[in-house]
Amino acid sequence: MNKFKKIFYSQKMAPYVFVLPFILSLIIFWAYPLVSGIIMSFQDISFGGREFVGTAHYVKLAHDKFFTTAVLNSVEYMLLTLVLLIPIPLMLAVLMESRLTKAKGVWKVIMYIPALTSVVISGMLFRMMFSEAAGSQMNQLMTWLGRTPIAWLKTKGTAWVALLLLCMWRWTGVNMLYFLSGLKSIDTSIYESADIDGANAVQKFWYLTLPLIKPTTIYVITISVYAGLSMFLESFMLWNGNSSPKNIGLTIVGYLYKRGIEKNDLGYACAVGMVLMIIALAINVIQLIATGTFKKED
Amino acid sequence: MAAEKQKTLASNHKVGTVIGTGIFVILCAFIAFPLLAGLMASFRPGRELVQNGLAINFDFSTMTLDNYKYLFGLSGGTSKVDSAKYFMWYKNSLILTILTVVLTLLVCYFIAYGLTMYKFKLQGFLFFLVIATMCVPFEILMLPLYQEVTALGIINSRAGVILPGLCGASTIFFFRQYMQSLPKELLDAARIDGCTEYGISVKIMMPITKPAFASMAILCAMGSWNNMLWPMLVFRDTSKFTLQIGLNTLLTPYGNNYDLLIAGSMFGIIPILIIYLIFQRYLIDGMTAGAVKG
Repeated sequence: MNKFKKIFYSQKMAPYVFVLPFILSLIIFWAYPLVSGIIMSFQDISFGGREFVGTAHYVKLAHDKFFTTAVLNSVEYMLLTLVLLIPIPLMLAVLMESRLTKAKGVWKVIMYIPALTSVVISGMLFRMMFSEAAGSQMNQLMTWLGRTPIAWLKTKGTAWVALLLLCMWRWTGVNMLYFLSGLKSIDTSIYESADIDGANAVQKFWYLTLPLIKPTTIYVITISVYAGLSMFLESFMLWNGNSSPKNIGLTIVGYLYKRGIEKNDLGYACAVGMVLMIIALAINVIQLIATGTFKKED
Repeated sequence: MAAEKQKTLASNHKVGTVIGTGIFVILCAFIAFPLLAGLMASFRPGRELVQNGLAINFDFSTMTLDNYKYLFGLSGGTSKVDSAKYFMWYKNSLILTILTVVLTLLVCYFIAYGLTMYKFKLQGFLFFLVIATMCVPFEILMLPLYQEVTALGIINSRAGVILPGLCGASTIFFFRQYMQSLPKELLDAARIDGCTEYGISVKIMMPITKPAFASMAILCAMGSWNNMLWPMLVFRDTSKFTLQIGLNTLLTPYGNNYDLLIAGSMFGIIPILIIYLIFQRYLIDGMTAGAVKG
């Protein structure tokens, strides 16, 4: 017993004791579900038991119209959020850092507040603002512009305005804070020497700021890719449930939820999940190669 | 000549300041807009919200406290029952959030301590695994995890919600980033004084890591208070629902619960808003931990 105690308290053993919860959690709540998800994607699972069906689910997925719609929607949503939520927050961060903005603290505090509201609450607010009733905020705007009220959430073009505005409303402030922390880490003496060399504001931004905050940009792109591809709750809340007219709001995770939880077809739903993982990893790798992260630059 | 140039520069700067600050004023107005509209709607009958949609309406004469009276169970009828239900969800959310924050922070702190303060064989590999867990979206693990949690018998319980997310990779990552900047000489000094390895981690390092605890606490609290997808799968009884799941059940197509829904939604933002306003300066450090070093 004493010997055990001695080993337990030794400096050699201590790190393993500290990381033990992580190893356990990794095995139980990460590796196990991941592997069982992969296995389940090759099985038909019913109350009677499991039956190995090979790649049947994947073959079926390739011909599944709804799945194609879901993948296209998710990828489109991800790309649009990248276009909207990288350049705009970056510009805002640069403006915030400049001497031109007064009362910075106030704006920073306010711009983060949307991220505090849950998807349930923010989704409900946006659904009501984009309601087809003539009195809704957006239809009042239409009337003000001399047009007739429209059913915003029933056609893809207008519904996605709501979806993307909801996303921008929640995340612009957050991404701006990421970029701000990146900007703060830049040594300001670089800008001073650029001033002496006569560089203008655009040149300074393009040749100094942009390359220097590359790690931050890569980070923000990575989390945006993952968040965009696995978007589900926003659509779930905006259409009050997991079905939207003509599936304009159907995403990969929405489809996974529909097959797995609503229709209890776990094997097929796991195959959907695996496709999502492959897409996410592929985009991540392409992005890391494109931005040169794999190249050693010590 | 020079003085004149100085003058134009100064006035240019003034115009720039007005434009720069103006952009943020307009932006913040847009950001406040939906919340303000929601807040105003919470003082009007929920029926109106269903029929007319949500819009800013400055007509204060039509505002009443009826929804809030209903929410707090003061208007008789079904009000008492609904109020009790709402505050049960509220209480569930509070307990779940507090438990999640305390447990996650403690566990992640010790893991990060082990990963950072020692040199050992598996160190690099384990840290790689921490990053690897971040690369798999949770939604992929969701269904197998749901089966597993059912098999383990912790479905429909707090343990089922908390345990799978206990060793949050981003929390471990942040604690590690923070501890790397701390001097390791402190450890040796404490060892010479006869402190055990575990004693050092609690008595010496934990007090120094307080700022990291503060920023992780708010991020974790936010995540837990607003978490919806996983708790929605785990909790089955209405009596165990969190506030977010509960509010979601009020969203019926008939719109008969909207009095409660809109007032309850606005009241549901309050705890997290208070925490945010108190801790907001720590929060910014916390969320940007991964961004700088990449």
